[in-house]
Order: sequence, then structure tokens, then C-alpha cells
Amino acid sequence: MTTHTFHEDTWELFKSLEMSKQLTAGATLAKLGNDHPEIVALCADLGKPTRLYDFGKEFPERFFNFGLAEKNMVTAAAGLATTGKIPFVATYASFLGVLAAENIKTAVAYPNLNVRLIGTHTGIAMGFYGSSHHATEDIAITRSMANMTVISPADGVAMAEMVEESVKTYQGPIYFRVSRGREEPVYQKDEERVQNVIGKANILTDGTDITIIACGIEVGEALKAADQLSAEGISARVIDMHTIKPMDTEAVITAAKETGAILTVEEHNIQGGLGSAVAEVLMESDAQCKFKRHGFYDEYSLIGKPYHLYKHYKLDGEGIASVAKELIK
Amino acid sequence: MTNLFSTTTDKVELIKEKAKMSRLETIRLISYAKSGHYGSSFSSSEIFSTLYYHVLNYDPKNPQWKSRDRFVMGKGHSAVGVYPILADVGFFPKKELDTYTQLGSAFGDHPDMNKIKGIDFSSGSIGHGLSVGVGMSLGARVDEEKYRSFILMGDGELQEGQVWEAAMSAASFKLGNLVAIVDNNKVTVDGVTEELMNVNPIKDKWESFGWNVVDVDGHDVEALIEVFENLPPVESDVPTMILCDTVAGKGVSFMEHGFEWHVANLGEDDIKKAIAEIEGGN
Repeated sequence: MTTHTFHEDTWELFKSLEMSKQLTAGATLAKLGNDHPEIVALCADLGKPTRLYDFGKEFPERFFNFGLAEKNMVTAAAGLATTGKIPFVATYASFLGVLAAENIKTAVAYPNLNVRLIGTHTGIAMGFYGSSHHATEDIAITRSMANMTVISPADGVAMAEMVEESVKTYQGPIYFRVSRGREEPVYQKDEERVQNVIGKANILTDGTDITIIACGIEVGEALKAADQLSAEGISARVIDMHTIKPMDTEAVITAAKETGAILTVEEHNIQGGLGSAVAEVLMESDAQCKFKRHGFYDEYSLIGKPYHLYKHYKLDGEGIASVAKELIK
Repeated sequence: MTNLFSTTTDKVELIKEKAKMSRLETIRLISYAKSGHYGSSFSSSEIFSTLYYHVLNYDPKNPQWKSRDRFVMGKGHSAVGVYPILADVGFFPKKELDTYTQLGSAFGDHPDMNKIKGIDFSSGSIGHGLSVGVGMSLGARVDEEKYRSFILMGDGELQEGQVWEAAMSAASFKLGNLVAIVDNNKVTVDGVTEELMNVNPIKDKWESFGWNVVDVDGHDVEALIEVFENLPPVESDVPTMILCDTVAGKGVSFMEHGFEWHVANLGEDDIKKAIAEIEGGN
């Protein structure tokens, strides 16, 4: 992992010159586009900020901008899927997994179509734009839909790998939940091997005292927390649970038995999100452990720049470490 | 599709007979369910039979044929009137209809594309259909296919905002291969459309959204045939909407124009009356 220092005066989470570089779906699709004529892409006036436009530039005849009409876009994607296409639909998560939820359920999940939904700028990544632009409900909504796979990649490398898998082999609808793309990288690209496989959790650091299970942008922060805990003599295991549904239950149960404490961390309401999903696994297992869900505690976010918000809500490395210590003290 | 008819008269008569068959089977199937959409199926009967016995290109032996025309019911609650036609043209044995609405049946009030051969989309949520058609028509364009997508909507369905998102996008994307059909039966569940939430003037609205709009009597088979035969070419850059003037509950006097029959269950005596009227009707 890398250890960049955030700039407090900007509202960027990463160096501004590298804005949104972790939003890799468009670039990945552009790379795959020639070999996979079934790829089409749909956006709703946010093709550029979601970086789906990286595909649209290369394949304009397979790129459709629906304007500000998300319900129509999602349902049209379903129609495209019936013609054998793999439609990638991207817009801000609040306007996809939340606004278009009924369309996703009825037109995509129920007919079990190969639509890939990419909700970007999720959680509180939009900072002072406020709660209309935040999405702390989309995991709960989409994981309750039968047939739906829900993925929250840790970074751009993970996103690219799982987008590629979703084109080449994966069947059924997928909701990708990604941040602003300005987060710090967790994975270094490796041409020799795929590091993120849909449905398989990644154990990034081993540990014996506690396990931190995180998804999305919080994976990098969990790694920072583990570093801090390590310096204080606490051995933390960090699991990147990028696929929230179907969940890698074995990784959860093993961690509970081996470390005796599990802390889930997500940029989402603790009601219904990753933490709830992990709790369901644990309660139906024979494992016993200390357990805490960390995220948004059934509240809407304050206004603020992302850096300050993540710190305020203890969703940065330091905050996660403090919550972890409280759990196992 | 294959020309089943030796003369135009034969064709018109057969389509009328099949519309009757759809109505009679609707009554039979709803008698199993004890609740169903008579009124809104009967208003579409001639539209269904004209499409399946004259207009649509399809192959019952190859339901997923890539180049087939698509038909999507935005008003999915009319599916009970289409199932008998799909069986009649050979997508599946007619006997399968006997399971209608029973536990585990493929056939419910709303159609399921993964369970029923010949159904192109699982509809039921009013207002989705035209968007699905936009996607199907874009898919046809990407694949350089010449098929059309026909989307049936009710007039009440036009109250859904998503319909207008779809209408706007179809015109913007210049989808000449997309045909919307509005079954304007003028009633919804709770009442008369114009009184409950007015959607008129339908024609003016669609024309202002950039559509080619054609008016027709939705129960006049010869007129319907003429409209469908004279659609602009698939390559044109304007979508077409066929505005069908229809009567809810058409064919059964005590149901006609009544919103109360949108969802209902006929008793034994009324079933006999309804069957007699449909069989005797023209």
C-alpha cells in the first residue's frame, strides 16, 4: 500500500492531478470493446465524471447518453440486454441504486439480465454536495434483490479486474458500488495475475487479535488502521470483502474463529449494508466473537469536505483504529 | 410472417375470429384465477390478433430468433389475452394454459419472459415498456438488424413520468424501428382517465415530442392492418405511435366502457352471458 498525505485544503481524496483515475470501468471497456461487440454503455449526463466516456470516445456508436432520465436509462439497458448486449450503466450511486431501484428490481434483477450497473461517487464521496448526492443506502437496496450480485471494489485495479471478469464470464446482473475514483490505490496492477475475483474475499494482512472487514474506499483506510494498531501491539487481519453478495462466508467465519473479534467498516448506513450482511453470516454460523458494525449510524452526513467528513465519522485509518481498540479492550 | 391467407377477406375474418378466441380464452383462464383483467384485455383483442396473425415476424420453433420483431406489453396485465394466441400460433401446447395462475405455473397475471416462450419481456410495472423498447431498438441498430419493436401501452400508463422520458429518448435517438401502440380505452383502475388524471390531448403531446402519430379504431381489423402495413420504413428517423381508439371490455355489453371491469371476477351466469355475446358478436 501507499501512504500519500491528503491535502486538507482541497476536497480531493487524492492528488488533484490524478483525479478520478480509479474510475477504470470506461477505460477497461474501451480495451475490451473490439473483442466484445456485445459491450454497450449508457450514461445519464454524467458520462465524464463517471469516466464511462472513456469507452464512448472509442465506440461512439455503442455509447448512449440518456440525459437526466435514470429510470428510462436503466430500463432501456434491460431492453438492450435482451438483444444479447452487455450494457454498462453508470451514474452517481444516489441516482442509480437509490433513485432507479424499482427499475433495477423489476426490469433487471427479476428477468436476471446481464446488465452491469455502476454507481459512482457513493457513500459521502460528494462531501459538501450534501445528502441528495450521497448514497448510504445502495448496498441495502441492491443486496435485497434476488439474482443481484453486489460489488464494492477497493480501487481502480480491483474495479478493472472485476469489470473484465463480468464481461468475459459472469452471468446475471451486477451492481458495482464505487467511490469518486480519487482514493488511494490498494492493489498494484500485476499483469501476471488477477487479484480480485468476484465472490472471493481478499485477506490483505493476517492478524490474530481482530479482523477488520471492509469494502470499497474503506479497505485502504482499514489497512492504515491495521498499521497503526500494529504499532500499538495489536495484530489486525484486514479482509477486502469486495463482493458483498454473494458473500465469501468462509472468510468471515474463519476470521471470527481465529481472531475472536470482527469489525465491519463501510461508507454506508450500518442498517442493511456490509455489516448487516456479515452479521447475518455470523449469527447463522457456530462462530462466537465480539462484533461491531462501523459506518453511518442511521444518520445523514454533515456538510463538509470529504477529508474532514471521513475523519469526523471515524472512517479514516485513525478513526477505524480507535473503534477497533474500543471493541477489543 | 408467413402468408396464412389466400385473400384479404379470409385474413380479416381470421383475425376477427382469433380476437374472439382471445376473449373467450380470457374468460376461461380468469375463471381459474377467480380474478383478472377482463376490461383491459378485451380492449386490446383486435390489436393482439392483428399483430400475431399479420404483422409480427416470429418463429414459434425458434422463439429467440435474433431477427424477430419484438412485442412488449407495457400494460402487462393484458397478458391473459396474449397467452392463448401464443399457444395458438405454436409457441407452446394449448394445454399448458390450463395451469394459469396455479402454484408454480409459468402463466401469471403478468408475463415472464424466462418462463413463457414468445414473451419478449417480463412486464408488469406500468411505464417500463417503452423504455425497454428503446433499448431493443438501439440493440437492433447496433446489430444492423431490420426488426421492429412494438410496445403496447394503456392510456393510463401515459400518466407514468418514465413514459415521457422514453418518448423523449426515442425521438432523440431517431428510432424509426420503434412503434408504440396506445390502447386508449379511457379507463384506469379507479375511474375514467380523463376525470382521474387527464392525459389528453394524447396525439398533440406525442407529436410535440417528435413522434409520428397515427389514429385508428383499435377494434377495426381492416383499419389496423392498413396502419401496420403503411408504417414508415425501419430506416426512417422518427418513431411511430399508433393511437388506438378502443372500448374497455369490448365485446361484452355489460362490461363496455366500465372501469369496474378492469379487474374483476365473473360469476357463472355472467360467464354464460359474456360467452354468448362474444360468440354472437361481429
